[in-house]
Amino acid sequence: MSILKINNVTMQFGGVTAVNNLNIEVQEGKIEALIGPNGAGKTTAFNVITGVYSPTKGNVYYKDENITGITPDKITKKGIARTFQNIRLFKNLTVFDNILIANHLRINSNFVSSTLRMPWSNKEERLMREKSEMLLDKLDLLRLKNEIAHSLPYGEQRKLEIARALATDADLLLLDEPAAGMNPSETMELSSFIHNIRDEFKLTIFMIEHHMDLVMEISEKIYVLDFGQLIAEGTANEVKNDQRVIEAYLGVEEDA
Amino acid sequence: MMDKLNDKKSKLFLNLLLIAVFAAILILLDTKTIGDAYVRRILNLSAIYAIVSVSMNLVNGFTGLFSLGQAGFMAIGAYTVAIFTVPLEARAKIFYIIPQNPVLAQIELPFVIALILGGLLAALVAVLIGMPVLRLKSDYLAIATLGFSEIIRIVFTNIKSITNGALGIKNIPIMPTMWVFFGVAIISIGLMWLLINSSYGRAFKAIREDEVAAEAMGINLFKHKVMSFSIGAFFAGIGGGLLATLFATVDPNQFYFPVTYNFLLIIVLGGMGSISGTIIASFVVTIGLEILRFFDEPLALFGVNIPLFRPGLRMVVFSILLMVLVLFFRNGLLGQKELSWKLVFDWLSGKKPIKKTDEGGAA
Ligand SMILES: Nc1ncnc2c1ncn2[C@@H]1O[C@H](COP(=O)(O)OP(=O)(O)OP(=O)(O)O)[C@@H](O)[C@H]1O
Ligand SMILES: [Mg+2]
Repeated sequence: MSILKINNVTMQFGGVTAVNNLNIEVQEGKIEALIGPNGAGKTTAFNVITGVYSPTKGNVYYKDENITGITPDKITKKGIARTFQNIRLFKNLTVFDNILIANHLRINSNFVSSTLRMPWSNKEERLMREKSEMLLDKLDLLRLKNEIAHSLPYGEQRKLEIARALATDADLLLLDEPAAGMNPSETMELSSFIHNIRDEFKLTIFMIEHHMDLVMEISEKIYVLDFGQLIAEGTANEVKNDQRVIEAYLGVEEDA
Repeated sequence: MMDKLNDKKSKLFLNLLLIAVFAAILILLDTKTIGDAYVRRILNLSAIYAIVSVSMNLVNGFTGLFSLGQAGFMAIGAYTVAIFTVPLEARAKIFYIIPQNPVLAQIELPFVIALILGGLLAALVAVLIGMPVLRLKSDYLAIATLGFSEIIRIVFTNIKSITNGALGIKNIPIMPTMWVFFGVAIISIGLMWLLINSSYGRAFKAIREDEVAAEAMGINLFKHKVMSFSIGAFFAGIGGGLLATLFATVDPNQFYFPVTYNFLLIIVLGGMGSISGTIIASFVVTIGLEILRFFDEPLALFGVNIPLFRPGLRMVVFSILLMVLVLFFRNGLLGQKELSWKLVFDWLSGKKPIKKTDEGGAA
């Protein structure tokens, strides 16, 4: 069953067509990838899915519900969470606060009872903290709980950003170049990390990635974008041998 | 000393000691054992400034919005207290040119009710301003709130049957004790502290840190901005209400918009995102501005009049201070930290000063 369906989506900025008549169906429970040269329109596609942009044409369906044009916060509430190509943590806050903030969207207490520390609000806050600690523990980040986010090593920041997205109780995780800036050993670690969270949290993962080793190893299906157009889709082997993909990547293979 | 600090008991002891000293000083002042009316007035004013400054810090320092509407919201609170607490029999004398609105002329409210009503009206106006403006990108709020402050002053000058126009409203009952000012300040700041340290406060900070990420984490930006902005306005209104009873009189020029710059100076000095820093800065700046009054007096040295010393120079000095602060001490006293005994002892024992946090700007 497909969890996410991108239906004839076109996104134009003025005269630039960043995404052109895109059709993608991400299958539930799978790890799928979106690849393509720089400027191909991958991040733009993510921004359309998550409601940052409203597409010029076409529709996005999540679990068969049309979510086109809904604001990002509402889309996250429905169960899609993301990370960013350039890490966007709450830099001056602690690791724990970063995770707690991602729990706020499910809060039941209003600001008055929260402020006045009513018993039910206190209980909710306590549960939120317990859940966040458990999440950090599972992802081996608990030791960094009280560190300020921007003081973490790069790899840990990427991991924290994924943890934060998970804290929203998402079913579909969109990762925008999670391995960017990582060394080969960190990248391999990330590969098993992504596998593990998919299994542990019963997620669907849709990721943009430039590291071809990682993509080829991890993805069950790959979509290739070039100049906003989908030029190929299939398994790693199918895509690797596709003539148009090879042409699109000529000379930019080593880019990442 | 560090071992002692980690000991919860000695921290509790230090806190209790601090509260006791604070209460003792206040009792001595309040019973007129020490200090005079002038000192009491400045301290009460400092307490009011602390409320309004913390409210501004909630909006600007903790939520990352740029509001300059504090003076306007104070005016709403101040006029509400003025209109509803002046005894009915004194009204005719005050509204002697244009009679008071016949409905209002019959309503007298207890001070506390009028104070809270003033806060609520300020919050309501904030919601009305926030609805259109807070959907836009950040800078518009500064312009809109500045405009609002000016408009409210002009409106209050002109709706004479309600506000008595430029003459203002006199004979507002004054509060007999400093505890009213300090009590309301403690409650107000306490409530804001609780809010900031709740899940909603964390959401405010998330918006300050990175709006795009906050929204991607499911935080409704508009709702939380309106919330922070109107709660800030509520407490500014409360501060204004206290101001009315402190001065026993209100008139539109008390709320001329540069008043807001005082609060801006305070939160920058104290630290954008630090409540304790803001409280300290409120007292320092309020008392400092009193001392600076001497710049406004004509000064003669050896029989020669120094021409610079004339009314207005105080504000020049003030502006220069604000500029120096913004240029060289952007983190203020405490940055985003709160005052703690550890911080105090580290400072006393000459340990390295408070670490600066990077002001990265929105990337
Ligand atoms: N907000 C915008 N306004 C105008 N043009 C944009 C905007 N966002 C993206 N574009 C353009 O759309 C095209 C696709 O950009 P996008 O960021 O989606 O590429 P990408 O595939 O993610 O590339 P990269 O691998 O470098 O991250 C580019 O030409 C870019 O300049
Ligand atoms: Mg991109």
